[in-house]
Amino acid sequence: MDPIFLWTLIFVVLTFSLYIYIAYRSRVSDTEGFYVAGHGVPAIANGAAVGADWMSAASFISLAGIVAFSGYGGSVFLMGWTGGYVLLALLLAPYLRKFGKYTVPDFVGDRYSETARLVAAIAAIFVSLTYVAGQMRGVGIVFSRFLGLGIVGGVILGMVVVFFYAVLGGMKGITWTQVAQYSVLIVAYLIPAVAIAFTLSGNPIPQIGFGEIAQELNGVQADLGFAEYTAAFTDPSRNLLNMILITAALMIGTAGLPHVIVRFYTTKTVRDARASAFWALFFIALLYTTAPAIAVFAKSNFIDDVNNVAVDQLPQWVSDWQDAELITINDKNGDGIITYSPGEADDPESANEITPDRDIMVLANPQIAGLPAPVVGLVAAGGLAAALSTASGLMLVISSSVAHDFYYKRLRPDASEDQQLRVARITMGFAILVAGYFGVNPPGFVAQVVAFAFGLAAATFFPVIVLGIFWKRTNAAGATAGMAVGLIFTATYIFATVPADAGALFFGAPRPFDITPEGIGTIGAILNFIVTITVSKMTAPPPQKMMDLIEEVRYPGEAPVTRAH
Amino acid sequence: MDESQREQYWRTNLRLMTALLSVWFIVSFGFSILLVEQLNKIVVLGFPLGFWFAQQGSIITFVILIAIYVWRMDRLDDDYGVSDRGPTDVNR
Repeated sequence: MDPIFLWTLIFVVLTFSLYIYIAYRSRVSDTEGFYVAGHGVPAIANGAAVGADWMSAASFISLAGIVAFSGYGGSVFLMGWTGGYVLLALLLAPYLRKFGKYTVPDFVGDRYSETARLVAAIAAIFVSLTYVAGQMRGVGIVFSRFLGLGIVGGVILGMVVVFFYAVLGGMKGITWTQVAQYSVLIVAYLIPAVAIAFTLSGNPIPQIGFGEIAQELNGVQADLGFAEYTAAFTDPSRNLLNMILITAALMIGTAGLPHVIVRFYTTKTVRDARASAFWALFFIALLYTTAPAIAVFAKSNFIDDVNNVAVDQLPQWVSDWQDAELITINDKNGDGIITYSPGEADDPESANEITPDRDIMVLANPQIAGLPAPVVGLVAAGGLAAALSTASGLMLVISSSVAHDFYYKRLRPDASEDQQLRVARITMGFAILVAGYFGVNPPGFVAQVVAFAFGLAAATFFPVIVLGIFWKRTNAAGATAGMAVGLIFTATYIFATVPADAGALFFGAPRPFDITPEGIGTIGAILNFIVTITVSKMTAPPPQKMMDLIEEVRYPGEAPVTRAH
Repeated sequence: MDESQREQYWRTNLRLMTALLSVWFIVSFGFSILLVEQLNKIVVLGFPLGFWFAQQGSIITFVILIAIYVWRMDRLDDDYGVSDRGPTDVNR
């Protein structure tokens, strides 16, 4: 039997059994346990859970590949997806924990109005649904490449496992599985990185060793006709303005993503909420500082392995990924030798003869570097951990938005605990089915959809939550108008300017100042701030009771102000 | 806590926040984007410095910023007797 297949199978069975065991141990029987793990998660554990929740298939599988093929331009993701945690820790986490409810729409609804809650709930569901589609896809890729199960079989198996721990244990089951999933994914990410760093640079710490290799890569790329790897602003979609806008949109979007924010409701105290924000970014930074090193190592190894190599002498990993249809080879000049240069392999105008899908870089990396089969199997299990943990966190947001914000808060305020819990579990099951459907039939525009999720989160949630805490004068009219303007502006720009070939809803209109749709959330957020402030000032201030509530949220351990009144 | 203490606590919090967010801004948008080309002329351990800030330095700075925030806010809460250490805490 193929050793890679065998080891992947062993690691997948081991980790999946662990997740199911944890799920069984953390069953819940009330809504507080189901939505926020009973507000009882220790700071470090919550940090690890945030890490797993946050680091999706995109972080684990795609990030290093994206950086490898865009060099400095890839920094927007590295800074954007970590810098958001500074905003989250300083501006949101402690206050939302003190506020102490179940969902993000809860805050918006209680602080502003029921209409605002409705807008927030719809946005939360939409953002989470678009995001979850990409996760199940990651599960499918891993299964089809390493276990020959086919994408459908892989997605169904992943759904069954998530169903088990998410429906049974809600947030509590999800949290403790995420802690385990973080451990699996970080070990799986670091082991090959250390091994490759040591082989290539002689230094086992990838973060230190990749500087020299990046310098060599600069030379290699220049010889092949590419821009230097570390040079800034070489691509128009990553010019100065776009670098700033995209980085800011990803940062603000990160701080506005419901599935990340709700994790800070789960800690015991405000003190723990702050501490867990630190642990979260610390755990995330372990992977995010390693990714750019892997990117450089993988790119160097890749060029070494394929450029100027005879077609019939390409290494085994190339044909493995060719079978999975994730590498395109096209010997255009018929000389029997692969030439790697700018452009696409299937474009007759370009001299390039090999185009890898950039998503394969992390998964193929151990094999490219000639690491033993157990490491390859471990990386596959890590990719699954990353995808499943994020998917389950997103499903909880969908389930709680429907069961808590719609069913309980709007339809049936008199529903009993048991009824609420039943609705939450049913929606969870339904969300898993929808995610599975998207995993098997992915929308053709996943990349645009992710830009959409961040842009919307940045342009709707972040401004009204921050203003709601730091400016007591913010009122319902202002927040509703701000969210609506941010949402409509951002969505319109994305639909109008994403190239028409991405789908029927997109029009590929010319872009003012070359601003890419990925960065438009920043402008949307600024508009939201301006509109919320202006409209709030023009209308009546919020009631005194609300001002007291905000006052109370600012002082962590103080008894609620409302009691004194 | 009386009214002036409340105000003092909140102002200290806002000052700390502003200082930390300024560093956050300077390192990410300043060093890593606006000044990247100038900093890239300096090379340390093989890394052009601007590139290093964009892919390593900024992330490390973010972690340190949150660590400082956690540490200072825990102390501030204790100083004003508003620390939230859970239901068993006597201050509550």
